[in-house]
Amino acid sequence: MSQKAVIKARAAELSAQFQAAGAVPVETPVLLPAEVMLDLYGEDVRGRAYVTSDALRGEQMLRPDFTVPVVQMHMAHGAEPARYTYAGEVFRRQEDDAARANEYLQVGYEVFDRENPAASDAEVFAVVQAALGDVPVRAATGDIGILAAAVAGLETTERRKKALARHIWRPRRFKALLDRFAGRTEMPASRVKLLAAEYPLEHGFPDIGLRTQDDVAARIDWLREDSEMPAISAMQVELIEALLNVRETLPNALEHIRDLAVDMPAISEASFRLRDRIAAMDARGVDVENLDFEASYGRTSMEYYDGFVFGFYAEGRADLPPVATGGRYDALTQVLGQGREIPAVGGVVRPGILVDLEDKA
Amino acid sequence: MSIKLGVPSKGRLMEKTFDWFGARGVSLSRTGSDREYAGAVDGVDGVELVLLSAGEIPRELAAGRIHLGVTGTDLIREKLGQWEQQVQELAELGFGQADLIIAVPGCWVDVETLDDLDAAAADFRARHGFRMRIATKYHRLVREYLMDAGVADYQLVDSQGATEGTVKNLTAEAIADITSTGDTLRANHLKILSDAMVLQSQATLFRSRVAEMSDEDRAAMAALMATLQLGD
Repeated sequence: MSQKAVIKARAAELSAQFQAAGAVPVETPVLLPAEVMLDLYGEDVRGRAYVTSDALRGEQMLRPDFTVPVVQMHMAHGAEPARYTYAGEVFRRQEDDAARANEYLQVGYEVFDRENPAASDAEVFAVVQAALGDVPVRAATGDIGILAAAVAGLETTERRKKALARHIWRPRRFKALLDRFAGRTEMPASRVKLLAAEYPLEHGFPDIGLRTQDDVAARIDWLREDSEMPAISAMQVELIEALLNVRETLPNALEHIRDLAVDMPAISEASFRLRDRIAAMDARGVDVENLDFEASYGRTSMEYYDGFVFGFYAEGRADLPPVATGGRYDALTQVLGQGREIPAVGGVVRPGILVDLEDKA
Repeated sequence: MSIKLGVPSKGRLMEKTFDWFGARGVSLSRTGSDREYAGAVDGVDGVELVLLSAGEIPRELAAGRIHLGVTGTDLIREKLGQWEQQVQELAELGFGQADLIIAVPGCWVDVETLDDLDAAAADFRARHGFRMRIATKYHRLVREYLMDAGVADYQLVDSQGATEGTVKNLTAEAIADITSTGDTLRANHLKILSDAMVLQSQATLFRSRVAEMSDEDRAAMAALMATLQLGD
């Protein structure tokens, strides 16, 4: 059998396992309207996905993952609760590493269920873990929801919180904003000058472009207002940083986060969700005592995940991409559902990497 | 066979390249009529001059169809993924300096830095319902730069020429383009962000890492490098 046939056969086995766990098999198109993907992921997705076009439908994107089409399909005509599985190629543009595949199979398991999020999280993790069999992997978990709750609970203006929340997935900009709102970095000279100007809009430039002088004035007003607001306290910044640095086994991480919640009550609810998830995973036979948790996990690579996140990595093979990843993406269903939403969590396995690891075993 | 040297086929870039080689004892010249893209090399043996559009030189180097080529660092980095593995930088030629910058309308007095641009993009999207448009032809370089800087809520729109005019024409809100003096930007009422230098480029001599060479070619290459006083 050719390698591709071996991988396809493995994908079919995974798909059968996911069906046995209760998922209904679904198919999605390979070509997706680029606009939807770009609106969701921003311009960055162009660096990861292939875009093509025709004169009739405009820009189309070669499916970079299944999440968006599966959510769209569910929102359009799915009954609740629902469990889906899919298997097929995804396409990823590779511009910096020729060794990475630009086309590979993914087999996924997605759960749309409002009843018990902790149980759904645990179910997806356990089903994906079981699908990987005896291959030696290291699991990493995280929870974007805890950081989001910490940001929402900061004692500062709504606008600052919104700015920070927008950049949770961009750690560099997040840190730069936090430093500025905390008064740890000096205001750029250009802004000092702008705020000191009595008539900043008398600048001598003609008014060009769609962004109007009203827009400019509104932002200057906000910058002025913001410059008079007290800085986010050093203690709150330290708490956020302590939270970002939590990296322990699940039970220890929970304890650590509960300690932080004493001074940061906003994360209490999120810590309860973590506690419930650990209990649900334990009930499913997951070895939670030895499972790693990193509060920052998933911040750079998994933009649409907003709660529980996880990944499985081949032991001793740092060169390989994760063999499986997944997480909760409630917010994505809100955006795609245009007002409707349904809590959703899912995971995908890469049978190609799994076969590779099984061959070596 | 011979060593193929790709040089921009037109204008100042070609003349300056000829001057640079000439000053080092290798005389390059165009032959035939003004319109014919043929050239001659004197001063070294086994080297052939190929006149090409500067924009095509990266691709020709990466394909190994030319052994050496003169083009801007900006074009090499935009057009070639993992460029260091495909070409080797032999010498910066000291001309053709150009900075790839991001510019916004001068009337945006609240926007001077990338941080401002990012904040303005968020407001713009909320107000107008679409992501702020940045016109450029350097898609890869600009996207990677903005991704690294953590700027969100923007989109790149393609502009292969007269990019400075796109803001006034309402087809973009900002631009990312090459500038040397900034005169065109000022004439179009644009200003450069103070902390957003995407790339500083200049005309550079590159060697293809993949072009095939016979023993004879290798000798010709060594002789050319010696004449140009370029070490390996």
